[in-house]
Amino acid sequence: MAKDHASGPDDYESLIEEVLEAYPEKARKKRAKHLQVSQTTDEAPDATTGIASKCDTTKSNIKSIPGVMTIRGCAYAGSKGVVWGPVKDMVHISHGPVGCGQYSWSQRRNYYIGKTGIDSFVTMQFTTDFQEKDIVFGGDKKLAKTIDEINELFPLSNGVTIQSECPIGLIGDDIEAVAKQKKKESGKTMVPVRCEGFRGVSQSLGHHIANDAVRDWVFEQEESEAVKAYEPGPYDVNVIGDYNIGGDAWASRILLEEMGLNVVGNWSGDATLAEIERAPKAKLNLIHCYRSMNYICRYMEEKYGIGWMEYNFFGPTQIAASLRAIAKNFDETIQENAEKVIAKYQPLVDEVIAKFRPRLEGKSVMLYVGGLRPRHVVTAYDDLGMVIAGTGYEFGHNDDYKRTGHYVKDGTLIYDDVTGYELEKFIEKIRPDLVGSGIKEKYPVQKMGIPFRQMHSWDYSGPYHGYDGFAIFARDMDLAINNPVWGMYDAPWETPAIAAE
Amino acid sequence: MPQSADKVLDHAPLFQQPEYKEMLAQKKINFECGHPDEMVKEIGDWTKSWEYREKNLAREALTVNPAKACQPLGAVFASQGYEATMPFVHGSQGCVAYYRSHLSRHFKEPSSCVSSSMTEDAAVFGGLINMVDGLANTKALYDPKMIAVSTTCMAEVIGDDLNSFIQQAKQKGSVAEDFDVPHAHTPAFVGSHVDGYDNMQKGILSHFWDKAERVEGEGLNIIPGFDGFAVGNNREIKRMLDEMGVDFTFLSDVSDVYDTPSDGEFRMYSGGTKLEEAKAALNAKATISLQEWCTPKTMEYIAGKGQETAALHYPMGIQATDEFLMKVSALTGKAIPGSLKLERGRLVDALADSQAHLHGKTYAIYGDPDFVYAMARFVMEMGGEPVHCLATNGGKKWAKQMEELLASSPFGKQGQVWAGKDLWHMRSLLDTEPVDMLIGNSYGKYLERDTGTPLIRLMFPIFDRHHYHRFPTMGYQGALNVLVKLLDTVFDKLDDDTIIPGETDYSYDLTR
Repeated sequence: MAKDHASGPDDYESLIEEVLEAYPEKARKKRAKHLQVSQTTDEAPDATTGIASKCDTTKSNIKSIPGVMTIRGCAYAGSKGVVWGPVKDMVHISHGPVGCGQYSWSQRRNYYIGKTGIDSFVTMQFTTDFQEKDIVFGGDKKLAKTIDEINELFPLSNGVTIQSECPIGLIGDDIEAVAKQKKKESGKTMVPVRCEGFRGVSQSLGHHIANDAVRDWVFEQEESEAVKAYEPGPYDVNVIGDYNIGGDAWASRILLEEMGLNVVGNWSGDATLAEIERAPKAKLNLIHCYRSMNYICRYMEEKYGIGWMEYNFFGPTQIAASLRAIAKNFDETIQENAEKVIAKYQPLVDEVIAKFRPRLEGKSVMLYVGGLRPRHVVTAYDDLGMVIAGTGYEFGHNDDYKRTGHYVKDGTLIYDDVTGYELEKFIEKIRPDLVGSGIKEKYPVQKMGIPFRQMHSWDYSGPYHGYDGFAIFARDMDLAINNPVWGMYDAPWETPAIAAE
Repeated sequence: MPQSADKVLDHAPLFQQPEYKEMLAQKKINFECGHPDEMVKEIGDWTKSWEYREKNLAREALTVNPAKACQPLGAVFASQGYEATMPFVHGSQGCVAYYRSHLSRHFKEPSSCVSSSMTEDAAVFGGLINMVDGLANTKALYDPKMIAVSTTCMAEVIGDDLNSFIQQAKQKGSVAEDFDVPHAHTPAFVGSHVDGYDNMQKGILSHFWDKAERVEGEGLNIIPGFDGFAVGNNREIKRMLDEMGVDFTFLSDVSDVYDTPSDGEFRMYSGGTKLEEAKAALNAKATISLQEWCTPKTMEYIAGKGQETAALHYPMGIQATDEFLMKVSALTGKAIPGSLKLERGRLVDALADSQAHLHGKTYAIYGDPDFVYAMARFVMEMGGEPVHCLATNGGKKWAKQMEELLASSPFGKQGQVWAGKDLWHMRSLLDTEPVDMLIGNSYGKYLERDTGTPLIRLMFPIFDRHHYHRFPTMGYQGALNVLVKLLDTVFDKLDDDTIIPGETDYSYDLTR
């Protein structure tokens, strides 16, 4: 069913025009700034990808238009769902009405090892379940009591974060005062987070607020025993912005350890509070999801003098380049180890590519994901011979679009905060061989007869990071595209006879 | 190296490979600063004790693992059941992303809904502009026949007045004056998704009915309520009504919305209650709600219009289906045909064939109030004994109904009703007073893991099993499906318990 697209950039520009026609004028003007075709540029090509294009003429990180079916979420989703939620030995309270915590319960697949409900709490939904009286009279007392009950019933929890839902900021509650009081009483870390869903324009501000909460309510507190007891070593690094979705961080950690590095903290998939606290003692911050955690890396650089670098563990080309780039920050032993690791996994890479590339070569892909993957996974597709027809971010900023130019060629369709309508029309017209996006997009796309993979949750698969993850990624793209179901959409009695091959 | 291209290991086996197990063990020792294993074990055991149960049940402020969602989810679901209707939720946009995801994960289908995307400035100045622009954009892009407006808690807290906003938007030309924009205030901090369903249904019906004159006819309205099995159930209810020759209208029917074909076309709208039918439904003789707790305000409103009304508790099982059919018959004067009696007889036959395996089995049941009622009743019809009946969104009146139900049968003797409690309470209940089977939704899998109680998924949401919702649980045919699910659980457990060769497999019987 899925047909290879044959459209060039000119077609995409007229396609954008055509799609915009449906909007009322006010909305059309606004949306026009979010849609573009990547341009040629004089900048030098990226050393790893050999690509340079200009993608940052797109407007980004601004308010969504009402009524258009934006795919974006909110600040609470960015803080509780992304940054804090995976910290396993703390209890994260969805503070406010029941829904936010309910809909986000166990949905990001942040894998962890621990006894859930005893010493780990990731796949649980703790909420103050606001009632009308809490709105009218304020919820601080209920919050205080909630924390007391958590400390009593979950004595091994190492702290609490308070993830504010919309009403908190509107009714004037003082969650910071409650947090301070409870910290004083219990001695445990208490983190109030002002991530009310109406703040900002997407998940993105929630990431930023959550980062700031790490700074204010973990770093800038009295040093914990875990920190005092830790003796830093020369090879200590933190992995920042890996949420261990389907085990991503584990498939990454194994490579870093094989290189001889010590991963002191993994933020925040499978993390404990101690891993957050000790992070300032490391030598280098390795950041995967730049969008959601660059803020705290910049802070650690400024405050503790820890350097940070972006890396990419999607697909063997980027993995090898990243391993070498990481190793460059250390001595020759580590650099030699990096080469050994790359060499060790090369046979696996060769086998995976030999098996799957012929089945995927030339297939076109459209992506629409969050703040990192719209560019980061591109080279993993390149490694399999697949071509990116379009990509876009739910909540990317200008610096993300700038970086995207190192990943996608000119002539790629770029869409920011795409609406349901636009995405459907783009997909319908381009008819790529695969679309990678989220759960809300999955079923409409599949109805159209186009293979789809969820690229937030790895469609319940994963890991996709690291060499072990690449094998799964390649297998998944193959099973999505080459499943026989796509050939059964037309009833045979209605299909014109196809000449026998 | 554990991974290979030949046989790609997924996450479950991959991380069981020695390299990874060693890596994770070292991570724990060197970096996690966790509590000692003995302490974790000690606390773990304590959480299973009666002492812990008492503390747990004494909670006043904290809710852990509740079995309920918030009002707008129910409102969106109710709206989607009307012809070409776009649900429009006024308030923060993240909420809509959540409702759509939640519904899509359950039905494995598209779920369309828009938000008015209010942000900080709207929090200060109100969301009128968002309503004005939003309605215009929704109409232009998605060409709905109706836009059904509900609210997130943000809009409720700041006090946005939907009626006035919609009027102003119409005056500004966002949509035509006569375009249908019903609305309902659906504060997330009151009740749960079943109340949102109720409020939206009332909002839609009053939009159509308030200015109309009722001319009583012969028809019958059916309001299904919030139901994760709506695709299978609505069709089954309609089939039974067709068998009876009843002239009926479903008020909100998502069975085609959440079951569109894969043939190359994405249908944003499909089926649903025709708007003309919804208008004409005022003239029906009577309205039956299949779920009392999903429709108290709606049914009061309908009764106030002069219709006869009846509210049931999810017609699942023999007596509940009997009552449904008899109620329909009484209200319409149509006889229950032999074909349905035959189906009933076949169901009873199946129950008789299997009764030995279900008699005396004990159950914990949780979910929405009407479902729990129906499930407990059906369990008792099969000779089973409901021990724990829990509804996080059940109130005192529901608890009283449940207690009366349990008192009506000797099989209900040990039944306890837990209104307003959550699944962490349920964990304590299962640890201290264990049962043979747990009936609930996908969230119950954590209870299955922690307490070893086999879980049967019969309640929304079901994320980790596919396509259950396509098969009915209501009516005699639905009861048969439920029966098979219970029996499969019993037989699978029997086989699991007897599968060790040379040790337990003397009971690994071929015929059961």
